[in-house]
Amino acid sequence: VAEPPLSEEALVERFGPHPSYAPPGGWPEQASHPPDKLVKTHCCFCGQQCGIQLKVRDNRVVGFEPWEEFPFNRGMLCPKGVKRYLQNEHPDRLKAPLLRASDGFRAAGWDEALDFTARRLREVQERYGRDAVAIYGGASLTSEKSYLLGKFARVALGTRHIDYNGRLCMVSAGTAYKLALGVDRSPNPWSDIPKAEVVLVTGANVAECAPITTDYLWRMRDAGGKLIVIDPRMTPITRNADLYLPVRPGTDVALLLGILHVVLRDGLEDPDFIGAHTTGFDAVAESAATWDPRRTAELTGVPPESIEKAAHWFGEADRAIALHARGIEHQSKGVENVLSVINLCLATGNIGREGAGCMMITGQGNGQGGREHGQKCDQLPGQRSITDPAAREHVARVWGITPDEIPGPGLSAMEIMEAIHRGEIKALLSICFNPAVSLPDAGYVADALRKLEFFGVVDFFLSETANYADVVLAGSLQEEEEGVVCTAEGRVVHIRQAVTPPDGARNDWTIYCDLARRLGKERFFPYRSPREIFDELREASRGGIADYAGITYEKLDREMGVFWPCPSEDHPGTPRLFEGGHFHHPDGKARFVVTEYRPSGDPVDEAFPTYLTTGRVVSQYLSGTQTRRIGALVDQYPEPRLEIHPRLAATLGIENEDWVTVTTRRSEITLQALVVRTIRPDTVFIPYHWPGARSANRLTHRTLDPRSKIPEFKVSACRLRKAEAPPEWAKEAPRAGASQRAPKRVPLRVVR
Amino acid sequence: MFGYEFFVDPSRCIGCESCVNACSECETHRGQSMIHLDFIDRRETTATVPFVCMHCDDPTCAQVCPADAIKKTEDGVVQSSLKPRCIACSNCVLACPFGIPKVMVGMEQMMKCDMCYDRTSEGKRPMCATVCPSQALAYVPAERIRSERRERPTNVFHFGNQRVTTKVFMMVPPEQEAVSVDVVDYMWEGEA
Repeated sequence: VAEPPLSEEALVERFGPHPSYAPPGGWPEQASHPPDKLVKTHCCFCGQQCGIQLKVRDNRVVGFEPWEEFPFNRGMLCPKGVKRYLQNEHPDRLKAPLLRASDGFRAAGWDEALDFTARRLREVQERYGRDAVAIYGGASLTSEKSYLLGKFARVALGTRHIDYNGRLCMVSAGTAYKLALGVDRSPNPWSDIPKAEVVLVTGANVAECAPITTDYLWRMRDAGGKLIVIDPRMTPITRNADLYLPVRPGTDVALLLGILHVVLRDGLEDPDFIGAHTTGFDAVAESAATWDPRRTAELTGVPPESIEKAAHWFGEADRAIALHARGIEHQSKGVENVLSVINLCLATGNIGREGAGCMMITGQGNGQGGREHGQKCDQLPGQRSITDPAAREHVARVWGITPDEIPGPGLSAMEIMEAIHRGEIKALLSICFNPAVSLPDAGYVADALRKLEFFGVVDFFLSETANYADVVLAGSLQEEEEGVVCTAEGRVVHIRQAVTPPDGARNDWTIYCDLARRLGKERFFPYRSPREIFDELREASRGGIADYAGITYEKLDREMGVFWPCPSEDHPGTPRLFEGGHFHHPDGKARFVVTEYRPSGDPVDEAFPTYLTTGRVVSQYLSGTQTRRIGALVDQYPEPRLEIHPRLAATLGIENEDWVTVTTRRSEITLQALVVRTIRPDTVFIPYHWPGARSANRLTHRTLDPRSKIPEFKVSACRLRKAEAPPEWAKEAPRAGASQRAPKRVPLRVVR
Repeated sequence: MFGYEFFVDPSRCIGCESCVNACSECETHRGQSMIHLDFIDRRETTATVPFVCMHCDDPTCAQVCPADAIKKTEDGVVQSSLKPRCIACSNCVLACPFGIPKVMVGMEQMMKCDMCYDRTSEGKRPMCATVCPSQALAYVPAERIRSERRERPTNVFHFGNQRVTTKVFMMVPPEQEAVSVDVVDYMWEGEA
């Protein structure tokens, strides 16, 4: 059992997060020295992948300029995109490999660190077998790196265990779309949103997690469309919703069945479409039969008349879109929730047309591309199944090995932690993943990391997870490597290299190639550039579902991105899937799949009577490894706060800014209350971007969706009490941000 | 940019502070934002309002300036105070009906939004209106906003008896002519 070498305080002091405020060289230098160049590329954060221009001076990223020609965001950016440039010269940046030492970490040479890493991986495999080593990847990596990681695990190490942090993101949606439609991608481009007559947004805090999408929703409303929002909280877009359904956490399947019930009861379905292009409708219709509005209302807490209205608006529209995200997907019924959305769209014929469809809002930067090319435990490049003999044969040929040499499916991200606890997995090599903050039941995860016989991390900052590592390899930021990513739309875009990594850090892809060489597999990793990896990826994906064969960097630049599938260089790409009602199953038909309501894996009861749900704030991103180091973003929302309705707060004697202890069946944390009428009174909300005693994931539970293996972040049971005193961490940390406090100024009042 | 006007629509604001952060990147005010982002009443609502300078036709800040340090350009942009003249007395801060000017500590000078004079003079849109992801801040031709939006623009404001007209427009409900604020609405005048 290896304890982390640094205490939380020592870790913060040596490696941060320290907030960075000013561009490299400071503001006076910025004002007096214009940039050498502007590099057109994309944001490093979410799945919207906004176009942005980075200002570069002396091989350093020093600022940004909007890129108004890029069609998706047309210059728009969120605050994370505006301030993202502050990472490249950040004082916390790792500029040498680190080896665990008695007093923390010591800087090491690259040969020493890579030799050590390769030796330990080999020793563990020789002693315990090949599958005793697992690889973690991440969905912020370019597709080239995602592809490389999958090949590294299966060819260089021969382990079946590789999975990624997209397991916390897109797997419920992906599983459901594959089951129902035969392909894992949002079927419609975002430009379809303003063309819809009705848009139903369910479980998606669009304003904070995908801010640019707000523009599309407002344009839809300006054109006369109606916005329906389903969420336990009134998120910022809800102010302009035409209908708001405040669903009780974990009851989304029932609500969607209730809406489908009304659609079918009132004859609003599309029988021609159902008959010609789908199978399985009768069973789904039967399952919806018992969910009359009254019964649905009792379970979901949504008024019957709102259910009726939502069904009528959606069912009567010629063009309706359903947008969904982690709110419905982060559940032990995540796949069923998404299937219920798809069922509603199929029943009303809203799919495969302009302005009509179901659309997942992919969360991470390369959330789409990162799951298509082989770092998912059950897939090979091109979105191929690892159990499909033809897929194995094709990929084995590209890789220059025999199909038998490709391992079978491995364990998913959370299951890898469980296998470490069971002693089956002994070593882990992780990149672009901060499980100490992002996985549920953080205490359990920390115990797993302590049990590892070897733990290696590739990262550009020393994350809370890296503090458990034996070796940390100083890798590269997004702007330091060329590659492609695939956006939420299914649009592949080109990430241009703006600068080289600082001295002492290395490009991630070279780290894995150097490790492969030390593992004796050099001939399978002969790459001299990301472009060579991409060219191999194109071949590996050829003929697959996510076919990139016709995509080149030059084509991406010329056409501002290309939607896959794109099987040949003269192919225009595929912005909209399923046109003409052609789905990707062998019979060409979409599948209705029956969904059922089940209780959450962590049910509320007398001891834990309140729902806890978690999510994001606009100024932070995922586990905060990057955004907790950017000063302005920290100041905007410095610490997690507990959103609680005044009615619930009053019963507990809690007032705004009181300290409140939240207890679940796992652990407890103490946070300041933000008393607001914008959340259901039976539910509290905590954003999850922080570590340690501020970590929402100390409270969450490990129940997984049985098919997608996504954890149930969005539904836990908790109890609350007013704390006697602020927690230790609060005594030194700044108080919550000014913007969250009461207004300082008299508001303008509109007089009509 | 000929024909382009600035429009503020608080009803579309999502409180993301993209404008605040982007404004702070300007090399002339170096890390300080000139935009105010207010939560109206977070307990009751997520509603937020972004305030840029409204660029009054007859600016109150300039009227009350004892040093004659606040000037308006020919195209109607009210500028930050002239550094050599400004005595950092804060008269403008107190008098502005929209609460826009700030006296910068350390610089001893009033600074405020100048509608990105450096950008508009080069044919670029102001930074905040370029990055805003939710149409709360927009710099577009007036005819386009009238044809595309549900709301209508106004630039007439009543603060009690003071009537203020501005270069910047506020989007208001279609049936409304002006934005009116009366101090009386906030006063205690004894039991009714």
